[in-house]
Amino acid sequence: MTADNATNSRPIIDVRGVWKRFGTAEVLKGIDLAIRKSEVTCIIGPSGSGKSTLLRCIAFLEEYSEGEIYIEGELLGFALEGGKRRRVSDAEVARVRRNVGFVFQQFNLWPHMTALENVAMPLKLARGIAREDAEKRARRMLEKVGLGHRAGAYPSQLSGGQQQRVGIARALAMEPHIMLFDEPTSALDPELVGEVLQVMRDLAAEGMTMAVVTHEMGFAAQVADTVVFIDHGVIAASGSPQQVFRKDENPRLRQFLQNYFERNVFWQGGEDAAS
Amino acid sequence: MFDFNLIIKSLPMLLEASVWTVVYSLTSVAIGFCIGTLMCAAGLSASRLGRGISAFYVSFFRGVPLLVQLLISYYCLPLIGVNVPSSVAAVGTLALCTGAYLAEILRGGFLGISPGLIEAARMVGLSRRQILTRIEVPLAVRLTLPALVNETTMMVKASSLISVVGVLELTRLAQNIATSTFQPLEIYLTAGAIYFVINGAITLLGQLAESRFRLETAR
Ligand SMILES: Nc1ncnc2c1ncn2[C@@H]1O[C@H](COP(=O)(O)OP(=O)(O)O)[C@@H](O)[C@H]1O
Ligand SMILES: [Mg+2]
Repeated sequence: MTADNATNSRPIIDVRGVWKRFGTAEVLKGIDLAIRKSEVTCIIGPSGSGKSTLLRCIAFLEEYSEGEIYIEGELLGFALEGGKRRRVSDAEVARVRRNVGFVFQQFNLWPHMTALENVAMPLKLARGIAREDAEKRARRMLEKVGLGHRAGAYPSQLSGGQQQRVGIARALAMEPHIMLFDEPTSALDPELVGEVLQVMRDLAAEGMTMAVVTHEMGFAAQVADTVVFIDHGVIAASGSPQQVFRKDENPRLRQFLQNYFERNVFWQGGEDAAS
Repeated sequence: MFDFNLIIKSLPMLLEASVWTVVYSLTSVAIGFCIGTLMCAAGLSASRLGRGISAFYVSFFRGVPLLVQLLISYYCLPLIGVNVPSSVAAVGTLALCTGAYLAEILRGGFLGISPGLIEAARMVGLSRRQILTRIEVPLAVRLTLPALVNETTMMVKASSLISVVGVLELTRLAQNIATSTFQPLEIYLTAGAIYFVINGAITLLGQLAESRFRLETAR
């Protein structure tokens, strides 16, 4: 391990004892999670278990009720004053999370802008990059996700898979240090899932730090460094894909995986492919 | 009987006055749009004070007749030491009034915007103001365009009321000519036709904008 690696071992995202309540409903109940540089963390778990809420707290799209979230060493959303926390300004929140990219389940492209404008506009407005340079970079990002030829299309003229890839390009253009994905393929027709997962695989191979909420167990098994199983607002199991998918004996996790495989394996061949 | 010559003779003057009608009404709609946007944003904000101000503003300007508002500003502004030309006071009053209606129209548009679009803008670092001007307003306008066009045509017609506070525009000039020639029929029919054409043009522009926006959502 080089000295460089040693300094990099400080997590990019450090979630410590985070609770989230909506009114009286406790949705996150003491989450601890560290994500290091170039790691891919896949978050799995039943619907309603708090996966999106966790990701949204890390992006400060939701204000967490208790605990701390550090992004590259900086406390997100709050300042600590004499043991009490005070909400900081929106501009300060934006500054701390400037290196966090977010990809939404519903894509959330701005419908009145072309694919190119969706990617270039934030570069111009939020980063103050001149129009030509912003568009050049936007074009490069669209090419990276295989959509250079669709730059002039409006979101409504693109397939779901294409829209999601524009969504990824938009986030990537800001040169984030970490990308958060909230079920990026769940709103897609099955035949469009592959193209989006491929873009994400390429990103992971390039060393992008990623946290991915997903129901794509194949993706998690192949790409993740860490798989985290969330159940009822707590991390009920976590470890390498090997540990979580093969060895973990947590009954809720076994049940969850059992349900998943029953839904997804519709036919088993005569031979055991695994042997 | 029906005096076509009078129409032809007074048409240039009426057209010139109708330019003022267009200027006054479109200026007040433009200013009112900015006021309406701010009042709408305040009304939907988390700030209690903002919501209170917005609610009071909208209920006052929608609840009091425009004619009364015009008279209040005409007689009361000088009393409190504000001496502006009556045309300025009148346009200001029109703007405040249409602002209240526009705020209500835009509210529907703002509420129709999927929150995810705003979250996406926050995640790429846009400021509140940039989100308002680049995302929320353009989308709210697209969602409410027919109502906005309708409000604009209403304001063209309502601008005839400012003739009572001595501002020269189409209706005022028509009145002047009608009383001096004693031929109101010809003059008011012509004035009415001009209003009709102005609003026809505005409606057409609205339809053009609508079909332009439809390109964005065409599959
Ligand atoms: N804004 C909200 N207000 C109230 N309850 C919420 C809100 N967002 C999420 N919840 C609740 O929190 C729980 C976890 O939701 P979520 O994080 O979306 O789950 P997951 O992504 O794992 O399916 C659910 O019970 C949901 O109803
Ligand atoms: Mg979710």
